[in-house]
Amino acid sequence: MKTMQEIEEIRNRKRKELELRVNTNVGTREKHILVCHGTGCTSSKSEQILANFKKIIQEKNIENVRVIKTGCFGLCAKGPIVIIRPEDTFYAMVTPEDCEEIIQTHIVENKIVERLLCKDIEGTVVKKLDELNFYKKQKRIALKNCGVINPEDIDEYIAFDGYKALEQVLLQNNPDEVIQTIADSGLRGRGGAGFPTGKKWLFTKQAEGKQKYVVCNADEGDPGAFMDRSILEGDPHSVLEAMAIAGFSIGANKGYIYVRAEYPIAVQRLRIAIQQAEKYGLLGEHILGTNFTFTIEIRLGAGAFVCGEETALLESIEGRRGQPRVKPPYPANCGLWGCPTLINNVETFANITRILLKGAKWYASIGTEGSKGTKVFALGGNVNNIGLVEVPMGTTLREIVFDIGGGIPNNRKFKAAQTGGPSGGCIPEQYLDTPIDYENLSKIGSMMGSGGLIVMDDTKCMVNIAKFYLDFTVSESCGKCTPCRIGTKRMLEILERICEGNAIEDDLEKLEKLAHTIQKTAICGLGQTAPNPVLSTMKYFRKEYEEHVKQYTCKASECKALAKIQINPEKCKGCGMCKRVCPAEAISGEPGKTHHIDQDKCIKCRSCIQKCPFKAIGDAG
Amino acid sequence: MEENCKNCMEQKLKKEMEEILQVYQPEKDNLIQILNEVQEKYGYIPKLAQMQIADYLKIPLAEVYGVITFYSRFTLQPKGKYNISVCLGTACFVKGSQAILDRLKSKLQIEEGQTTPDGKFSIDSTRCVGACGLAPVFTVNNEVYGRATVKTLDEVIEKYKNREE
Repeated sequence: MKTMQEIEEIRNRKRKELELRVNTNVGTREKHILVCHGTGCTSSKSEQILANFKKIIQEKNIENVRVIKTGCFGLCAKGPIVIIRPEDTFYAMVTPEDCEEIIQTHIVENKIVERLLCKDIEGTVVKKLDELNFYKKQKRIALKNCGVINPEDIDEYIAFDGYKALEQVLLQNNPDEVIQTIADSGLRGRGGAGFPTGKKWLFTKQAEGKQKYVVCNADEGDPGAFMDRSILEGDPHSVLEAMAIAGFSIGANKGYIYVRAEYPIAVQRLRIAIQQAEKYGLLGEHILGTNFTFTIEIRLGAGAFVCGEETALLESIEGRRGQPRVKPPYPANCGLWGCPTLINNVETFANITRILLKGAKWYASIGTEGSKGTKVFALGGNVNNIGLVEVPMGTTLREIVFDIGGGIPNNRKFKAAQTGGPSGGCIPEQYLDTPIDYENLSKIGSMMGSGGLIVMDDTKCMVNIAKFYLDFTVSESCGKCTPCRIGTKRMLEILERICEGNAIEDDLEKLEKLAHTIQKTAICGLGQTAPNPVLSTMKYFRKEYEEHVKQYTCKASECKALAKIQINPEKCKGCGMCKRVCPAEAISGEPGKTHHIDQDKCIKCRSCIQKCPFKAIGDAG
Repeated sequence: MEENCKNCMEQKLKKEMEEILQVYQPEKDNLIQILNEVQEKYGYIPKLAQMQIADYLKIPLAEVYGVITFYSRFTLQPKGKYNISVCLGTACFVKGSQAILDRLKSKLQIEEGQTTPDGKFSIDSTRCVGACGLAPVFTVNNEVYGRATVKTLDEVIEKYKNREE
């Protein structure tokens, strides 16, 4: 248990110690080696790298060097990442075997290990983090501490103004003012729908009920999205602090974090963070010596996408199948065990302390008219710089994909970007210059969603992508309402027919009609938005659908049944290997002469493609 | 003899389950937390464990079963010694993870959710491991294989096939 004064002492002492993390000009002989311990880098042996560094430093008896595990730096494509501060040297794709050289050359001899420096897309060698194009257009608010502090050390969080906002809120003792500040900042829910956060807090505060709850939605189910995970892994205290502030503001004394069990590192760091906060008296009874009590419990999800929907999540916390409730009543009035409940997403919470410390005006000055602040995106797919990106609202897709993301690999062309996961849509090239915010994205048939942003190049078949998403929704539909349970299944069947070349023209019309019906009739967000990937691809890539249906061709050759396998006469030597391996006797030709595939007989097993020694057989696009 | 052995196993399971359960209050909202722990420990949720949980929480067995079958993390069948899980998150999908899954199925001659007859391998698909920077990704138990190709998959399968017990 610590008093406010003791916390302040820790803050001042630690801050001096950690100045070299944020200030390259600090005069110190000390060096900090930061090793990324996000899920991406951990998957490529960053734990071993950390251990090696520690071992070598001990063996060589080197002083004034500390090795620290941090959260995600963002540029996952270049992982495992090691950064040495204060000089801010950025080493990419480090292996455990490189540690010896880094210590010897960089630390002992004070020279840079050139071969491990990161190269930008144009090939320029970059020494410092800030010099990378990837970071230039970013603005880090929610991710401010990620990659700077050790997430398993509460003192490091405190050093960078941690728990200061909670102190202020408790001292001022004016919940209405806190809610007003959040409302004035213009912050909207980062989980996808974008409901104004201040309003949500106000509604829950005004709701009648002795017992109230705060819930953090960390059930990031959108495949290909990892923003919330990275925040929890890199800066768990920012979420705990914001939840306590929310609890104080709405009059709740208990909070739950519902997090995916598939995120073991995030869960572990949350556990450590809660323990440390309790030990310091920042969570629990009589927080910082006041009368405010707030405890936080972790609840693990068990792999159901629909539990990201707030009422399904509540059902799951209560120990049941995660089936959404019919709204209204909304959770603000009738949530967990029937009590008023405030549910916010991880990223929303991560913004709260910064808003309270820097003011609503500052936050509202960032972004567009209707969407304030920044948004974190998980940039993935066919793009060079895969990673975590935080940009002001209103940044264009082109800036994200080409300036920050470094464009499309292998000299391919941009075809579409998908936002909002299974609830969102595909955005074609013509909208690359649209400023991204809640309104604009829904105008062009997609949605903000939680922040997954998948880039697709011109080798992708959009019908197949739509099928992929629908397949996902069908298997994740909870089964409660008919439009979603049966409707999405029928839609998937139509898409399968299209991809297999068995569709009739009527099918496209049917698909569209069904999609609109489901949008209007499903009871929860999952069902209502499930048709979006289909509708948006039908709108922007109608030609591809028609090619599948009318000409039975898939130009991207991704739909197996429509792929046309051909022999290139220039490369064929007439060896007959393909003829022998073909199970359908579809290949004919004299020895030594060009062979030929009978398309009527071909079953597209692709055995011949693999067998041909001259790479003469392939898909015809 | 065999009968005895089965009894021993059941006794052992019962005892271990009691240890797991005593940590939790006998309240219904702990059901998913308990199931997560059992799944983690045994790799599936044995029928006896289900019955014991239902007794402890004073809820019908059908409700326990209903929750198990709703959540994809819970399984009723034991997984293989090496559970190979291919990521079908969007980031991995656009980078070709479907081809890896197809190859895996044809190599091991089983479908998703099944285990090979010798109990050595089982196949799963997951929605996002969280290592999108390494896409496409598959995992064998907790080991992550990133930037995977059909060829690396073949090599990995061979490696585990030849691994001695």
